[in-house]
Amino acid sequence: MSALIAAATPTTTWYLVLAAILFGIGTVGVLVRRNPLVMFMCIELMLNAVNLTFVALAKRLGDIGGQTTVFFVMVVAAAEVVVGLGIIVSIMRKRPGANVDDISALKG
Amino acid sequence: MELVVFVLAAAMILVGGLGVVLRSHPVHAALSLILTLFGVAVMFVSQQAHFLAAVQVIVYAGAIVVLFLFVIMLLGVDRTEDIKTEPFKVQRPLAVIVGLGVVGLVTAAVVTSRDVVATRGAGIIEPAMTDPDSNIRQLSRSVFGDYVVAFEVTSVLLVVAVVGTVLLTRKMKPTSKESQ
Repeated sequence: MSALIAAATPTTTWYLVLAAILFGIGTVGVLVRRNPLVMFMCIELMLNAVNLTFVALAKRLGDIGGQTTVFFVMVVAAAEVVVGLGIIVSIMRKRPGANVDDISALKG
Repeated sequence: MELVVFVLAAAMILVGGLGVVLRSHPVHAALSLILTLFGVAVMFVSQQAHFLAAVQVIVYAGAIVVLFLFVIMLLGVDRTEDIKTEPFKVQRPLAVIVGLGVVGLVTAAVVTSRDVVATRGAGIIEPAMTDPDSNIRQLSRSVFGDYVVAFEVTSVLLVVAVVGTVLLTRKMKPTSKESQ
């Protein structure tokens, strides 16, 4: 049993499958939830899944470019969160407690 | 050892991810998100991305989630929402089918092509006791060497995002010309 555990070292495939599952959870969250903040958090889950994929493949391919890409993804994610939360704040000020069904009309 | 780390971090990631989707209280969802982000940071360490693990904890868990919590408190949406009722009956089963389809297809692609990819880069240097900062040095050579243009454009993006958000959330005061 202990030899079996010692033999089972996580390969890149394990990491990629885990990232796929995390991406799926994020997808379902975006599709199911109605609160715009929670939908945003689910988008963060999907971004993290992709980051995990990049890092795992950077190790597998021996290419530091994957880690560099994750660096840029993090910066863009930070900017995206700032802008998105700004939009949510300015919408919520006009209509407190709105969910995404209430603001589907594309007009104020 | 590596297996234990993987299993524990994977459990953190999956429990946190499910928590984000299933908890009805937004603050609980944000705290579950922190659990996921820490799990991903552990994965980064075990995949020789030490600098990115630090950035993950500082930027994601430290800044982005705190921003989420700030906005939750600012808007006063920190109350449990009713996630039992669903206006469109078909949406949840469809969403689960789509999610399982994404997971299944990506997993199938990963498993079938697991032997295809081959090492093609110079290799990720594993930090040793004698050379603890090799990952930072290698990453910075890449960022400030091959990708320096992208790095500079990123700074423009950040400035645009900050200015845009300030403009967006500013309370519009009537200007002196309009009020006259």
